[in-house]
Amino acid sequence: MRRQRRAVGVASTLALAAACAAAAQAAAAPAFDELLRLLAARRHGHVAFTEVQQLAMLERPLQSSGELLYDAPDRLEKRTLKPKAQTLVLEHGVLTARRGQRTYVMELREHPQVAPFVESIRATLAGDRAALERSFRVQFDGTLAHWTLLLVPVDASLAGAVQDVRIEGERDVIRTVQIRQSDGDTSLLTLGPEIPP
Amino acid sequence: MTRPAAADLIWGLLVVIAVALVARATYTADLSAFLPRNPSATQTLLIEQLRSGPAGRLILVALEGADALTRAHLSAQLARELRPDPRFIAVNNGDAASLEREREFLFRHRYLLSETVTAQRFTVEGLRTAITDSLDLLASPEGALIKPLFTRDPTGEMLTILAALGPERGPHTTLGVWSSRDGARALLMVQVRAAGSDTDAQQAACQAIRGAFASSLATIPPADRRGVGLLMSGPPVFAVASRAMIKSEVMRLSGVSAALVAVLLLCVYRSLPALLLTLVPVACGALAGVAAVALGFDAVHGITLGFGVTLIGEAVDYSIYLFIQGAVHWRHAVWPTIRLGVLTSICGFAALLPSAFPGLAQLGLYSVTGLVAAALVTRFVLPGWLPRSFTVRDLSAPGERLARAVQKLRQFRGTLVLVPLLAGAVLYAHRGTLWNRELSALNPTPAADQALDEQLRAQAGAPDVRYAIVASAPDRESALTAAHTLGALLTPLIDQGVIGGFESPARFLPPLATQRARRASLPAPAELSARLQQGLAGLPVSAARLQPFLIDVERSRTAPPLTSADLQGTSLAAAAQGLLVKSGGGWSALLPLSAVASADLPASAVERVRAALAQARGVHAVLLDLKGEADRLYAGYLSEAVRLALAGFGAIVLLLWAALRSIARVARVVAPLALSVLAVAGLLVALGERLTILHVVGMLLIVAVGSNYALFFDRSSASARSGSVPLTLASLLVANIATVLTFGVLASSSVPVLADLGSTVAPGTLLALLFAALLARPAADAAPAAGS
Repeated sequence: MRRQRRAVGVASTLALAAACAAAAQAAAAPAFDELLRLLAARRHGHVAFTEVQQLAMLERPLQSSGELLYDAPDRLEKRTLKPKAQTLVLEHGVLTARRGQRTYVMELREHPQVAPFVESIRATLAGDRAALERSFRVQFDGTLAHWTLLLVPVDASLAGAVQDVRIEGERDVIRTVQIRQSDGDTSLLTLGPEIPP
Repeated sequence: MTRPAAADLIWGLLVVIAVALVARATYTADLSAFLPRNPSATQTLLIEQLRSGPAGRLILVALEGADALTRAHLSAQLARELRPDPRFIAVNNGDAASLEREREFLFRHRYLLSETVTAQRFTVEGLRTAITDSLDLLASPEGALIKPLFTRDPTGEMLTILAALGPERGPHTTLGVWSSRDGARALLMVQVRAAGSDTDAQQAACQAIRGAFASSLATIPPADRRGVGLLMSGPPVFAVASRAMIKSEVMRLSGVSAALVAVLLLCVYRSLPALLLTLVPVACGALAGVAAVALGFDAVHGITLGFGVTLIGEAVDYSIYLFIQGAVHWRHAVWPTIRLGVLTSICGFAALLPSAFPGLAQLGLYSVTGLVAAALVTRFVLPGWLPRSFTVRDLSAPGERLARAVQKLRQFRGTLVLVPLLAGAVLYAHRGTLWNRELSALNPTPAADQALDEQLRAQAGAPDVRYAIVASAPDRESALTAAHTLGALLTPLIDQGVIGGFESPARFLPPLATQRARRASLPAPAELSARLQQGLAGLPVSAARLQPFLIDVERSRTAPPLTSADLQGTSLAAAAQGLLVKSGGGWSALLPLSAVASADLPASAVERVRAALAQARGVHAVLLDLKGEADRLYAGYLSEAVRLALAGFGAIVLLLWAALRSIARVARVVAPLALSVLAVAGLLVALGERLTILHVVGMLLIVAVGSNYALFFDRSSASARSGSVPLTLASLLVANIATVLTFGVLASSSVPVLADLGSTVAPGTLLALLFAALLARPAADAAPAAGS
């Protein structure tokens, strides 16, 4: 539905004929379906990441790097190695953070302001259309070879902090995840090449 | 004055005194019947916990039916109505406003509450480390949670406090209010102000909740109300329900028993005056029994009155013997046997008197007094009241038939050998699971209600507290200090995985000395500003950004210390009241402990905790295992009951020997009783019952009551002048039916202690009569066809 509206939008902007619009719509939908199918087919992934966060209250961006591990369908682990080691595991909707000796556990559904940060990536990696559409308005753009997903939290009041999440990728590989927060702060997660086991 | 007149006068006086005592007595139906009379130190702690601990005052409320929006609305409305009610300390439904108030309180006072506020924390290096940690956190997804606080709390004190208060085990939230995991029920937790032992207050609290629910329901359109239901659980609800149940059960059981016995006697006697006269000793016995308990104990327990129903079945026997066996033989032939029977029954019940279990001790006193009174009235008062023309239906003919039937049955008495064999085999096969050693065996709360409680507790994340450290101190402040000291010793045990966590009142109400020390570690503004400047060198945040931090620190540095008054309006006030209790001349701080994964702490963990407690100098603290202690208490009752029952049995045997002076005769009296006890034990166990304390008491009663039957058979066979055998048999059968009826009614009770007693004694006395009849030496053998 939403992708159809998007397709119509593209078409009208380009002032193309109705026939062309129908063609664009037909082209976009299968590409998104194909993408989700490709993503869902991946059982696990293990990549390096770098992250840059721009916070208005800080003088400089915060930079961190480490590894991201994924096991289908709902285990996502973010191992930050620099500047300080910490591990974040999302499993069955529970977020477990290990910093130093202590472990912190939170249920994602209890913290709607945290959820979009992790659920966007998890649901995309899983190719889980239902989960994506439960939390976000999803907009697909581009081709299977080079695509962009724009995720806008459904419930603005609940989601609070996150304005939108833009995920770019090529075929079944995610390249970047950019999160814009309502207060203008942003973070850019760049995923590197697969780390062989 | 003639003898009957004197007897009547004394009787009248005693009745007046007993009525006065009964009228002035206090009656309870709370858990006091189950608590020990002379508790040990640990038991005293347990009892205090049960009576006034926070767990005993928590009501879990669930709203179900309709849709989530309606439930959320009802939850909010219910909380709004209940919060101003002084009967409640706290009404939590998880609404954002309450949570916000709590967070706001913690945040405002963070420099007094956080354990990491030390002088070291506010050095250049300390500030740098703490702020670097916060920056790391900002970079993580959880950063969204702390970002709004960062400029006021860059050292992350709020997170330290929240982490110390424990993981959020609370319920889920649906549409802004607490709900079950699946969202199908809205949940509230209500803390009652009154102590758990104050059942009247708990009842008023439960009614207030029901009332508020009804008026909340009125605020929503009728169409939305469909299927909306209120569920309540928790110790206050159980206490109220148990009391109501015991009350209604006592009324029902005595009513039904009395009616059944009356119908039986009317059928047998075919005479209304005889029926009414029969009830005189019973009524006198009950009156005397209650009066004696009122004299001997602080309060008469409802359970005792329930047990008292059994007196109907026994006291009625004496007048049955009098009326059926005939007043002619009464004084010489019948009374001596009744006297011995009464004495054996008294031996049985008297054995219960020293029990530490007040319920049993009351049962013993009630029954001893009741039986003595009933027997004396039957012997000295009743005969004088019998009209000259008094007759009941002559039972000689049915008695003859009975005698012939018994005669025929005697051929098969060899099969009685099977009884000990079969029962022994059953008991041996179940030897591992013979006894129910858990206090829950006495719990009158129906299994369905217990299951609901377990379910709601799981959904509300409010597990039953099993372990608590109790620190006693002379005053409130030193109790807080003790809690604080213990907290420091327990925290490492969490990190080592020995315990899952603990609660402490010192977390949100630190002792004054601790607050002062924390305040003293905050530097003055100029000093802090300078250190911050230095500490931030090289970090991506400027001191100018952290101006709010400087302002907040300064405000805390000059603010007065935190008192319990500051907690008002937050749910922490209820927690403080629950965890800091006044007790017997001093104060106690409670630190409930949770285990790591399961509900139980392994023995090694208990040892580690005890070792930690031993390190706390100047603190008097005990680790209390509430369930374990309660079970130990009950196991103590159980083994005591077994000892007392054996002592009672021994006393009965001795008494019989003293009266009968013949080992053979004693053996013939005792054998049917022992056989029926064995048979009943085997029967109960074979039916899957696990034996409880009341089964044991029931077995003692089989002996106490059954000995009367056996004595009559003994008399019939021993003495030629003993009256009519058929009439004796008939009277025994009627008396036995009366007993079986009353105990049978008791067996139908939904109060477990009453049901256990009934289901043991009813079949037991029936078998005792049967076995006694089979095993008796036929009267003909001893003296040819006596009396008839």
